[in-house]
Amino acid sequence: MIDKETIEKISKLARLEFSEKEKEDLVKKLSNILGYVENLQSIDTTGVEITYNPNGFENQFRKDEVKESMPRELVLQNAPDKDVGCFKVPKVLD
Amino acid sequence: MLNLSIKELSNKLKTKQISSLELTKASLDRINTTDSKLKAFLHVAKEEALDAAKIVDKKIANGEKISVLAGIPMAVKDNICTKGIKTTCASKLLKDFVPPYDATVMKNLNEKNVIMIGKTNLDEFAMGGSTENSAFEITKNPWDLERVPGGSSGGSAVAVSSNQVVYSLGSDTGGSVRQPAAFNGIIGLKPTYGRISRYGLVAFASSLDQIGIFTKNIEDCAIVLEEIAGKDQMDSTSADIDVDSYSEYISKPINGMKIAVPRELMQDGVQEDIKNALKSSIEKLEELGAVVEEISLENLKHSVETYYIIAPSEASSNLSRYDGIRFGDRAKEFKSLEDLYIQSRTLGFGDEVKRRIMIGTYTLSAGYYDAYYKKALQVRTLIKRDFEEAFKKYDVILTPTTPNTAFKIGEKINNPLAMYLEDICTIPVNMAGLPGISIPCGFDKNAMPIGMQFISKAFDEKTLFKVASAYQNATDYHKKSPKL
Repeated sequence: MIDKETIEKISKLARLEFSEKEKEDLVKKLSNILGYVENLQSIDTTGVEITYNPNGFENQFRKDEVKESMPRELVLQNAPDKDVGCFKVPKVLD
Repeated sequence: MLNLSIKELSNKLKTKQISSLELTKASLDRINTTDSKLKAFLHVAKEEALDAAKIVDKKIANGEKISVLAGIPMAVKDNICTKGIKTTCASKLLKDFVPPYDATVMKNLNEKNVIMIGKTNLDEFAMGGSTENSAFEITKNPWDLERVPGGSSGGSAVAVSSNQVVYSLGSDTGGSVRQPAAFNGIIGLKPTYGRISRYGLVAFASSLDQIGIFTKNIEDCAIVLEEIAGKDQMDSTSADIDVDSYSEYISKPINGMKIAVPRELMQDGVQEDIKNALKSSIEKLEELGAVVEEISLENLKHSVETYYIIAPSEASSNLSRYDGIRFGDRAKEFKSLEDLYIQSRTLGFGDEVKRRIMIGTYTLSAGYYDAYYKKALQVRTLIKRDFEEAFKKYDVILTPTTPNTAFKIGEKINNPLAMYLEDICTIPVNMAGLPGISIPCGFDKNAMPIGMQFISKAFDEKTLFKVASAYQNATDYHKKSPKL
């Protein structure tokens, strides 16, 4: 079920790139892991609800108050590239 | 000095028998002499720690009231944000990341004038069970330097078991605090989902992650939890439920306490020495007045499968933020904006992290979502129901923490599935969002520590402290330290 083509398709979605050798290794290891999780298919879950969040809390809201936010210099301090108070990215439009 | 309890140290500080500066220097010295071998730390915040110690000593000299944690050296897993101090998640991608803010736990602890000695090693982004997936160094088990310390919070566990610090923080998504605690012969607590704020804990799997605590004795663990538990406006998953005075439940009798042992977690695949240690522990608990019975929690055996769908799915989504734009390393060469993302991620992430992103992307992708992700969330409900059913009749569930003791470095690194199966006893607890604690209960034939796990109802940590302290008072496994 997991072949080289699947790996290539998924890696595109995940924004990752792999060498031919890495792809072969991934086919092997992912087949092994996904083969194991296949066990779940044998469990009858008809009508069983879904648990997304273990404590079942609903949305929790706080008061909408005006507060000071983080200073811009701090927000930008870890940026690999920045200019005039903004994050800088390569040209998107020609 | 560093093997004393928090209370003992705090009393010595308050009565000026020792100064925080002396204690901090003792911790730094210990790291200096042992960490070239152990590699528990990724960075030691020496200057900051010494400055913090001087402040505490001044407060004491001025007769100011101080917290029980003030002046005592502790360590923090390097996926918990520390303002102005590098937080790398043991990833190449974040090797230079300096958080502009403190995680809420750190903010709370800093207000109590703790001495944050440094940041500890982990499996990259907390993904792994051996700390071998760190991009920077391999942490060694102080009981046998050829063995792993467990993971992913391996560095935090070693820092405590080798007496480099008094206590430490880790994070636990599928066992990452309890498993290394067991491998190191110390105490490791994963509180209830929502008990401690996760604001500033770098997200791995958001429906499972919880910050946890490592200590050498159970009372210390209760004291630290009291100080860091509670509702936080910055984390909407933190619970608005009162925090108990956990230390009041230490050394209380456990007469009539009902303990269940799920047979699914005591079967084949559990090392013989561990089974025997559990059997003796059960006898000990019965001597102390507890009633122990075997039960069946049928769906627990599916926990690992469920986990390896849910955790990678959530991780693949959480880790999409690492794109080389706002923080983290950016690749030097790229052809376009999209290629910048791809190259930065490909260069920055290690193998195990990439594998999990791939699994998660696959299980969430069109055509597979229902068969994998939705199915896993339904089985999760079944696992949760098994626990709920058991807790109608029992106060506590007892299991081994791990099916095996610490394995050799390199032994499982090329077999991810074998590594994953080591988490069989700890994963169900995260699935159901319950609290679990690992405490030392013996040694195997190679003199490696064995841990057992107590599980209680959600937000019932006080019962864990009660039963674990009763056991601890009747045994001396927690008093043993590795020879270094």
